[in-house]
Amino acid sequence: MAIIQPIAEQLEPHPDVALVERVRGGDVSAYDTLVRKYERQIFRIAQHITQNREDAEDVMQDAFLKAYEKLEQFQGNSKFYTWLVRIAVNESLMRLRKRRTGKMVSIDEDVETEEGSVPRDLADWAPDPEQNYNQSELAEILRKTIQGLPQGFRIVFVLRDVEGLSTEETAETLGLSIPAVKSRLLRARLQLRERLSRYFRRKKGPGETRNEK
Amino acid sequence: MTCSEFLALLDDLIDDSVSAETRAELQEHLRGCEHCEVTLNTTRKTIEIYRSHEIYDLPAGLRERLHAAIMARCKKGC
Repeated sequence: MAIIQPIAEQLEPHPDVALVERVRGGDVSAYDTLVRKYERQIFRIAQHITQNREDAEDVMQDAFLKAYEKLEQFQGNSKFYTWLVRIAVNESLMRLRKRRTGKMVSIDEDVETEEGSVPRDLADWAPDPEQNYNQSELAEILRKTIQGLPQGFRIVFVLRDVEGLSTEETAETLGLSIPAVKSRLLRARLQLRERLSRYFRRKKGPGETRNEK
Repeated sequence: MTCSEFLALLDDLIDDSVSAETRAELQEHLRGCEHCEVTLNTTRKTIEIYRSHEIYDLPAGLRERLHAAIMARCKKGC
């Protein structure tokens, strides 16, 4: 069911607007508040794109510093968070280009694959499949699985499903059309689902017959 | 509705952006198709698992280094 936001809520300015104004007025502690609010998200995005911890640390630093320096240019017609994410995505892609000198890096990489567009693994999962693994095993499974996705799918999934950007914000951030974001998101979700099925599928009990194709 | 048609609307169903009429058609398909039901439930679970588990921890000391770098810029510019 569609959720209709109350009008008053839509008109209320985002709390970041006041923080940005304070930073513009010279209050650097307001910027610390913004950093603490978004540091995890920005680090995660950088890590998902660069797949390298050192690079992700550098990207996080550079993105927040760049945003701080360019705050005068921030128009306020997008949210501060999506503006910051755009800077972090660009910094991450630049970092990747540096690592792979001479090789083009773009968010269009490897998106021609048909893998996962039709579900093949149709086995149901255990009721709470993640409980069959401890925290570090589960984190390793989730990391390995998402790292295997083509870059162009991974970024869309991370922005849209993990970090909560809307389809429109994701399209704007990545310079993609809305249909392109939608098609990549569907394939990213299905590929991840397919790959996670290896770990999470319901184990057959002793009395059940295996019926695998 | 065929399974391919269902799959084409899977994301809209998950993101709750289908009309009441389309939702009814999708639900009608689900009643008779175990495969699509499994695909829907496990795709939802996939998203939920990635949303609720922190797989990359913020490195210790990173926030402090960033704070110091911002303060250094600030001293120069503000």
